[in-house]
Amino acid sequence: MQNITLHQLLPNVFRGRTDIQSDLWQKDLVLERGRLYLVEAQSGKGKSSFCSFLTGYRNDYAGQILFDTTDTRQLSVAQWSRLRTCSISTVFQELRLFPELTALENVLIKNQLTRYKSVSQIRQWFDALGIGDKLNAPVAQMSYGQQQRVAMIRALVQPMDFLLLDEPVSHLDDENASIMAETMMQEVRSQGAAVVVTSIGKHMLLPYNQTIRL
Amino acid sequence: MKLIWKLLRRHVSILQLAGFLLANLLGMLIVLLSIQFYRDVNPLFGQDDGIIKPDYLIVNKQVGALDALGLGASGFTEEEIQDLRRQPFCKRADGFVSSQYKVSCSLGLEGGVSMGTALFFESVPSVYVDAREEDWKFDAANPVIPIILPRNYLSIYNFGFASSQSLPKISESMAGMLDLNVRMSAAGRTETMRARVVGFSSRINTILVPEPFMQWSNALLAPEATPQPSRLIVEVGNPADDAIVTYLEKHHYELEQDKLDSGRITYFLKVVTALVVGVGLLISALSFYILMLSIYLLVQKNTEKLRNLLLIGYTPWQVGAPYQCLAVGANALVLVVAWLAVWLVRRCYMDMLWNMFPQIQEPSLLPTFAIGLGLFLLVALVDVAAIHHRVMAIWHRRE
Repeated sequence: MQNITLHQLLPNVFRGRTDIQSDLWQKDLVLERGRLYLVEAQSGKGKSSFCSFLTGYRNDYAGQILFDTTDTRQLSVAQWSRLRTCSISTVFQELRLFPELTALENVLIKNQLTRYKSVSQIRQWFDALGIGDKLNAPVAQMSYGQQQRVAMIRALVQPMDFLLLDEPVSHLDDENASIMAETMMQEVRSQGAAVVVTSIGKHMLLPYNQTIRL
Repeated sequence: MKLIWKLLRRHVSILQLAGFLLANLLGMLIVLLSIQFYRDVNPLFGQDDGIIKPDYLIVNKQVGALDALGLGASGFTEEEIQDLRRQPFCKRADGFVSSQYKVSCSLGLEGGVSMGTALFFESVPSVYVDAREEDWKFDAANPVIPIILPRNYLSIYNFGFASSQSLPKISESMAGMLDLNVRMSAAGRTETMRARVVGFSSRINTILVPEPFMQWSNALLAPEATPQPSRLIVEVGNPADDAIVTYLEKHHYELEQDKLDSGRITYFLKVVTALVVGVGLLISALSFYILMLSIYLLVQKNTEKLRNLLLIGYTPWQVGAPYQCLAVGANALVLVVAWLAVWLVRRCYMDMLWNMFPQIQEPSLLPTFAIGLGLFLLVALVDVAAIHHRVMAIWHRRE
């Protein structure tokens, strides 16, 4: 997938409102593979809704989202599953990790599906992000910041055209946020993927090509 | 799959699963056992003995005091036969033709022991006889007489005569290999021929030979005799028709065997079997309901995990697979145990039935097993579909 085209997009909950000032809602916008986007907004402006629309989790919106030339409303369940493993990777705001599994198992459960990275590569990422000693710790016993790093590693073990990060560093200090950004960018560049980062304030420091205000 | 199972097995209630397994086993066992028992016991009521087709009645006149003195008319006249044929319940009626000559039969056994007895023959049109065509024919140029014996005769021999005389018992298949010598004589003429037992019937209490042989032998040995048939074989549409009983009573006819009674017994056997199968199916349905409820509960408790798996790229089929395997596996286990149990229980009751009814056949277990397999496939299909439906509800956020 090369482009995501957003055409007059508007969440249903905003329908009827006349005071919308946004670079995205009810506008035409194209997100291109290989570029870096920062979506900035205050709470309640539809940031997570936007990510949910792009991952096919929700479709309660007006307007159109096109993956290249395909209207996402036309995608089948099987096509969405395939996109989620081969084209669009996500770090969810609420992380969506499995507390019963260890940190490593949380990554492996995705990697078993994609068979994209070796276990040694995954271990290297754990070490690089400073959680190498937490490989076999249950995720439930880790801090939120550590869990954010596990969720990031899980998002990297798949082929991707677009990487969506919904407030990925909200609980990380600047140093760890920087290390995470560096690790992520190595993988993103090697795949030539685009990155879409949302933020309500503190955001990942990246050389963004475009900042979109919701 | 291992990690998925580790994740999703949370909240699997062993108690609920065991409850389902027991209830479903009970239901499946009742269904299969009652079907098999019906198949095993039904032939005892003489509905179809493989020789004389079902739905045939054998009718004779009541024997009165005058008949004992030789003064009554126990045979059927042509008018009486025609009248019977005109009745709406009657599809076809024919008389038994008796041999008009003396018959004796002998059999040589090992050690020079020889047995002999006086006999009689009767015949009915071949259409009533279900024996193989090549067995049930007579060729005057190469005369061997095919004979159908009442099954009682074999029992009397095996369990009365042979036991008391220390003679070997004879099975139905062995009886077909015996070489019988038949001597027929009348008016100074004697014919000797070989005879062979081609089958046993529980329905006809006579020694039956093919109609062409009877015509040939009567013409040869007693050409002047024109006997009236003393018994009729009647094909009816419905043996339980009240009009049959009314007609027979009105004309003082009686049924030679309790065909109507056995018809009623079979009917009740069918009703009881249907009831028991119904109860079994109900228990199975309830146990299936328990399983579905517990799996639905399981899915509900794990909704968040299932949703997260879907969001990281697992397909609904992959996500539902552990629960589908659990449900289908549990049902498969029940099926296998039920098969084993049916086989075991049947062995016990068949031993008992063989002691009571030595002539009982042993129908195959396969149809019953196939019904079990069919039920399993049906339930497995519904399980798989229902679980997939639940997972799809999570996908569409309708949970």
